[in-house]
Amino acid sequence: MSATRASRFTPLQRGLHWVMALCILAMLFIGVGMVSTITQSHLTLVSIHKPLGLAILALVLVRIAVRLRSGAPGLPADLPAPMKLAARLSHYAFYALMLAMPLLGWGMLSAAGYPVTVLGFTLPPILPQSDSLHSLLWTAHRTLAFAFFALILLHLAAALFHALVRRDGVFEAMGPAVR
Amino acid sequence: MAQRQGPGSPLGSLVAIGVVVGVGAAAFAYTAGWLSPQRLTPERMVAALGAPMPADLGHRRNHAKGLCFTGWFQANGNGVALSRAALFVAGSYPVVGRFNLGTPNPDAKDASARVRGLSIQIKPPGGQEWRSGMINAPFFPVSTPQDFYQLLTASGSKDPGAMPGFVAAHPGFVKFGAWAQTGPWTGSYAEERYNGLNAFRFVDASGAVHPVRWSMLPAAAPVSVDPATLDAGGPDLLEQDITKRVQAGPVRWTLQVTLADASDQTADPSEPWPDGRRTVDVGTLLVDQVQAEADGPCRDVNYDPTVLPDGIAVGDDPFPAARSAAYAVSFDRRTAEAADYPRTAPAPAPAPAPAQSGAETPAQGNKP
Repeated sequence: MSATRASRFTPLQRGLHWVMALCILAMLFIGVGMVSTITQSHLTLVSIHKPLGLAILALVLVRIAVRLRSGAPGLPADLPAPMKLAARLSHYAFYALMLAMPLLGWGMLSAAGYPVTVLGFTLPPILPQSDSLHSLLWTAHRTLAFAFFALILLHLAAALFHALVRRDGVFEAMGPAVR
Repeated sequence: MAQRQGPGSPLGSLVAIGVVVGVGAAAFAYTAGWLSPQRLTPERMVAALGAPMPADLGHRRNHAKGLCFTGWFQANGNGVALSRAALFVAGSYPVVGRFNLGTPNPDAKDASARVRGLSIQIKPPGGQEWRSGMINAPFFPVSTPQDFYQLLTASGSKDPGAMPGFVAAHPGFVKFGAWAQTGPWTGSYAEERYNGLNAFRFVDASGAVHPVRWSMLPAAAPVSVDPATLDAGGPDLLEQDITKRVQAGPVRWTLQVTLADASDQTADPSEPWPDGRRTVDVGTLLVDQVQAEADGPCRDVNYDPTVLPDGIAVGDDPFPAARSAAYAVSFDRRTAEAADYPRTAPAPAPAPAPAQSGAETPAQGNKP
């Protein structure tokens, strides 16, 4: 087990992963909840959705830098090639979604001509007002949110598969420290 | 690192994984309302307005017929004592607004709509803005968004017993019915008083909260008109009237804020506060241009009443949140349908270049 150290993500990477996992799950539930109700919680949820989205955007920029610097532990040699490919592609998809979703949300509000007010601060619009642009970005934000949640469920299933069935150390690479 | 072990019971593990994923998906579906057919979602509220006809596509789902205007809000400074919002500091701030009719039909005859509306977007410098939609009714027909949904459902129902049933279950609606039947009609958008109806909270510089409602009081004296006479004026008589008036000179309203007493409820817009409450005139709305909606600056504005500057906040009135959620659905749909409501680019001006600084050009003096 000489490769034990390199087989885990760094503590910073694990910390970022779990903090962001919480934020993103909360974000998806808040998003789908806030558009499903006309009660006062609609406004409360929207007021959480925007700053949380900005926080995720900031965190993913840090996370990408850390990933580029620290890399990732290798996958088990006996993992079938299609599963290796799926693992790699899913990571790219996660990074793309984490980056794109906050920007799509911000861009969508900009294109709708809404003032983008977050915790009392007014952010500049990042796109001009345009009904066609708004429609495109709104559809993308909504569709990708469902794709994001589906990918998280797949990720969770795969992680548990590694932990419970294959028991190959992949789960432990990101999981809590166990001996 | 955990010692690598041989595979455990794969079947039990796979079932466990399936359960975890299934519970996650179910929680998400529940949050989205997919498992709750009774939940009043923004979509259901909008659907209660009736399925849009092809000609309605691209238009607002309610208050669909309207005319854009631009102008100014001239704050007199009196509002500063009540709210720290920048737009109450004495000065003139640009406004994009919309006159509208309370109907989902964008081609409705002007005389057919009992409810007339005025929406404003005031943009003082600094990036914050205030959006408000007001109507000419002196109170809202119902107390809660749920009751409004039932009203829409009943009034759209083919069952002849639906509306009587609704009224029987909501005796408070009788008051609105009486206004609709016997209240005065005017022949002009300019002669209407528009009421915000919903209570909000003004927050002043010291942080003190003042529960308020607001209204736009017309400068033009209202002249009562018989609805039958109005009907003979053509389908767009209100639009023609306001266009003519504004071309002749700016049309004005006073923005009047009414303060609640400590004993006044602030959650039910169907219950007006008693007469005699303190009012403060905080400025003048001056309308100096109108534009057809298809190309007008109000076309793509969602007059979401929760777009508020610092210094104005929602209170316990449930309608602003409900309106925000439902308006967003309307906005998302109509922006996707923009091709069904084409912009009619103004025809190239055929008139020869003006010989002199034309007397016909809009007077710049209107601009404060």
